[in-house]
Order: sequence, then structure tokens, then C-alpha cells
Amino acid sequence: MKLDCKHVWPYISDYIDDTVTPEERRAIEEHLEHCEICSAILDSVHNILVLTADDRIFRLPLGYSERLHERIGEELAKAAPGGEGFGPE
Amino acid sequence: MVQALAQEMEWIARILRGERDLFHELIRPYERVVFLTAVSVLRDSTEAEDAAQEAMIKAYRGLASFRGDAKFSTWLTTITLNEARSRLRKSGRVKVESLDNSDPEEDFTPFLVADWREIPSETLEREELAQHIQSAIEGLPPSYREVFLLRDKEEMSIEEIAQALGVTANLVKVRLFRARMMLQKQLAPYLKRELPQRRRWFSWLGGRA
Repeated sequence: MKLDCKHVWPYISDYIDDTVTPEERRAIEEHLEHCEICSAILDSVHNILVLTADDRIFRLPLGYSERLHERIGEELAKAAPGGEGFGPE
Repeated sequence: MVQALAQEMEWIARILRGERDLFHELIRPYERVVFLTAVSVLRDSTEAEDAAQEAMIKAYRGLASFRGDAKFSTWLTTITLNEARSRLRKSGRVKVESLDNSDPEEDFTPFLVADWREIPSETLEREELAQHIQSAIEGLPPSYREVFLLRDKEEMSIEEIAQALGVTANLVKVRLFRARMMLQKQLAPYLKRELPQRRRWFSWLGGRA
């Protein structure tokens, strides 16, 4: 299995998640070893994922947890949990 | 993880038997995922918070229907998605969106870079940089955005996301790949432009200080 650049790109996402087959992994790594561009692309995707995972991206609103538990507290005081005919669609 | 699930099942049984206050503890680990799920649909913090609260209340009211077939977090995510989507529909902000809003002409080739210098997370202290990254995520098509946030921010597994969304694992992977490529294409040139070289950036900072 030999890959050129265009064929490596669709695998980048699965490669990061480690959901490629061993054969695919070997072929991808063989390509990455001598292709600076694909290696740089992989690094950039990986870097961007680290940045987007940071807590500073989509911060929780200030006081979110307190307000949530206050609302839950009111509900708990009102009623016992139910369940008949309920569930995610 | 198995232990956590057993603990949750025990708590749920106790809540149903009358120890209602335990519900606070049951949902504590999932406050964040519920908010992020809501924000992935609604793209607005205030609306997402309302939806998150409502989803938690619905989960409490429907707790007896949780059978433990899926993880509690997955069940909660599905309830939140339904709540957020129903709010979006009611708000009329969005016409019916097709489930897979892919344009067949859409090109998922990445932005080509010859070398990549790692950008450390500390740079997110720059407010406009963090805002730009967040806007790029918000700008993804809804079905890509949902999958992206659940996987890359909440670290849910592909299978859990598939279960929560009611789609196949393969579709989750396709959407995830597209979301990541779209973000790379948009953010890589921006980041390279904004942070061309660490040294230059630091000297710029030093010059300003």
C-alpha cells in the first residue's frame, strides 16, 4: 500500500483518533517520513485540536454551575422524579 | 469507568427511591458537556445556559426511564440535543436544515504548509485569538459543529456520539474529518499570519510593554 499526498489527507482525522488499520498506519507513516508538507499538515491539525480543546475556548458563563444547581434545587423541592413515557426520541 | 457507571446506577436507584438531593451529585460531572452540547446547536451562551438547565430538569423528570442501555452521559447528551434543537426551531432562526449539510462541491483539502511551528496554548490569553478560533468553530455547518465539539472538546468516543445523535459511527467520522479539515483550512493560515514566529511575536510584546 503506497499513498500519495492527496490520499493521505482523508486519513489524517482517523490517524489522529487511531482508528486506522495497521496497514493504513504503516502506509501513512511511511509517507509522512519523507513528506514535509503532509507532516506539517498533520502537525497543524493536531495543534489546532489542542488549541480548540482549551478551556479558554467556549468558556462556561460565570455562575453557570450555581444557577444550574439552584434551578435543580427548586425542581427537587417540587416533585419526585418521574419517567413514564419519557425518554430521548 | 465501569465502576463510575455502577455508581451512577446506584445513585439513580436511590434518587428514584426518594433521595432526591443526590441528583445534584449525579449531574455534577456533566455540567460542562451539557452546556457545550447546547452551545453547539444554539451558538449563544445565554440561550445555551437556559437549554442546559431545562435539559437537566427533563432528565430529572424522566429519570425512571433511564435503563442503562447507554451511558448516562450519552442519554443526557441526547436530551440536551433535543432540547436545544427544539428551541432553535421555535426561535425561527433556522429553516429546516438537512441532516447532512454537505455541499457535494465542497472541497476538504487542507491548507498546505511547508513547516509548522507549534503554537502553545498560552497564546489563547490573547482575547482576539481565542475569539477567532471560537468563531471558526461556530461557523462550521451545524452537523459538523456538534460532532466536533462532542469529540474534540468533550472527548466522547465515536460510538457514544453516534448513539447520542442517532447516526452511524461512519457518519460521525465523516463529519469529524470534514470539521477538522475546514478548521485547519481556516485557522492554519490565520495562525501562521498572526503568530509568524515566536521570536518575532515575543519581541513585539516586549516592544509594547
